[in-house]
Amino acid sequence: MKIKPNIAVSDSGFVFNPDTGESFTVNPIGVEIINLLKENKETSEISNQVRVKYTVDQPTFEKDFDDFIGLMRNYSLIEND
Amino acid sequence: MEKLRYERPLIKRLESEMPNKFGMKAEHFPKSHIDGVAVKDLIEAHGSPLFVLSEKTIRNTYQRAKKAFSTRYPKVQFAWSYKTNYMDAVCNIYHQEGSWAEVVSGFEYDKAIKNGVPGKRIIFNGPDKTIADLTKAIQNESLIHIDHLDELYTIVELTETIKKRPRVAIRVNMDTGVYPMWDRFGFNYENGQAWDALNKIMASGKMDLIGLHTHIGTFMLSAKAYGVAARKLADLALGLKRKYNHEVKYIDLGGGFPSKNTLKGAYLPGNDTNPVFDDFAEEIASALLNAEFSPDALPLLILETGRALVDDAGFLLGTVISNKRSSKGKRSTIIDIGVNLLFTSFWYDHKITPAQDFTHFNEETTVFGPLCMNIDVIRESAVLPLLNKGDHFVIHTVGAYNMTQWMQFITLRPRIVLIGLDEKVHIIREAETMDSFNKFENMPDYLKKFEL
Ligand SMILES: Cc1ncc(COP(=O)(O)O)c(C=O)c1O
Repeated sequence: MKIKPNIAVSDSGFVFNPDTGESFTVNPIGVEIINLLKENKETSEISNQVRVKYTVDQPTFEKDFDDFIGLMRNYSLIEND
Repeated sequence: MEKLRYERPLIKRLESEMPNKFGMKAEHFPKSHIDGVAVKDLIEAHGSPLFVLSEKTIRNTYQRAKKAFSTRYPKVQFAWSYKTNYMDAVCNIYHQEGSWAEVVSGFEYDKAIKNGVPGKRIIFNGPDKTIADLTKAIQNESLIHIDHLDELYTIVELTETIKKRPRVAIRVNMDTGVYPMWDRFGFNYENGQAWDALNKIMASGKMDLIGLHTHIGTFMLSAKAYGVAARKLADLALGLKRKYNHEVKYIDLGGGFPSKNTLKGAYLPGNDTNPVFDDFAEEIASALLNAEFSPDALPLLILETGRALVDDAGFLLGTVISNKRSSKGKRSTIIDIGVNLLFTSFWYDHKITPAQDFTHFNEETTVFGPLCMNIDVIRESAVLPLLNKGDHFVIHTVGAYNMTQWMQFITLRPRIVLIGLDEKVHIIREAETMDSFNKFENMPDYLKKFEL
């Protein structure tokens, strides 16, 4: 899964999609995930990193992660495989 | 290194369209404590869900209401509406504050007697008073508010065997300009039924007609309607004075003032828009003072206020079971509180506040209860901070009608605790158990065995 390369993310959680002109707000953990996606990290690596830093178990995070990716896909921020 | 509190990742499109009616601002602060007691500790000690009542809020609200009326009118008496919340501990707080009891069934009547309310201080309303109820009420000199002619004639009959004069009032229904008009209880004012019933009582010579009563509706958003009601009852009282030189002792305007809840479909939170005690007191006091009563014969004003007195003092604590997304992409949150415990979620958009810290990120979500039923929706749409599975939250303004109209359905009913003025937690009703539930069941012998 790959995030579209031209998507801009600011540290404060502002996301802009130049293709559609739409903008989004993302919470800090969302920003971290988007940055990890930009570094082409695998899902398992992202999950590990998040779980080291935050109090969350693997099934809960993976469910939330899938949901988050689903929304990003829905907003056309992720490239179709 | 200590781990940080987890918040699920969230992405939201920035929309430039008008905010919708659900776009009410989310909470800014967690509700972590109630009267100094931590929500977390309450749930740990007493389980989730848990009803919590604040004695401080009950007494403060009562005193505010009392003051609003007694500063405007010289003779005011509240009578606690048992059906609104008849936990004995709650009733007794009101009785300690000086409230009489207002009951609508033999069960509630007996509860008031058991709580120690003198018979003379019990108002007996409602269409279903049995012969046994009426006999008891006459003997105890309670205030019987007659609902229909059949009841009137039953009381006349009872006076043949009971050697006491029943103390009665009639319930009057009327048009006060609000919709819907409650006309199923009592005798109608406009078509003359009420005047007719009063004449029948006077003609019987068997009872003491001491009051006039109305209850024009509930969650009334118009203070003016109470002015109309007070004028119409005053008109009946003055008619009795003219025709029989008879003075009624009291005018009882029932209940019906709104609490701070937000009615479903309202655009603004009830807290900001609903009229308050002073608004109602102003209308009622003016109507009675401006009527033609002679100054030394002003009737006592009785109020049977229920929800406006107790709603704010009740909280329902619960726990998040799961977050999901519907097939259409809408966020939903499942909590351990269903409509069986929160009957008033059919009328109100109850305010829900997380009990722990949260960020300013929020999401519009449907809040579902845990019952396996489609109707089990606590909020169709609420803007909530991001709650995790296992997080606690507080549902506000649930003190009225929930602890009496709740249902044992699918799950057992939880504990109710009262936080006293000393910030000590008192259990005022135990959680139901399988044993307590099974006490009511009986298994016929031939059904005891089966093989599968
Ligand atoms: C006769 C009577 N009095 C008082 C009340 C209390 O009403 P509320 O809770 O709206 O103040 C009711 C409730 O329906 C009622 O029927």
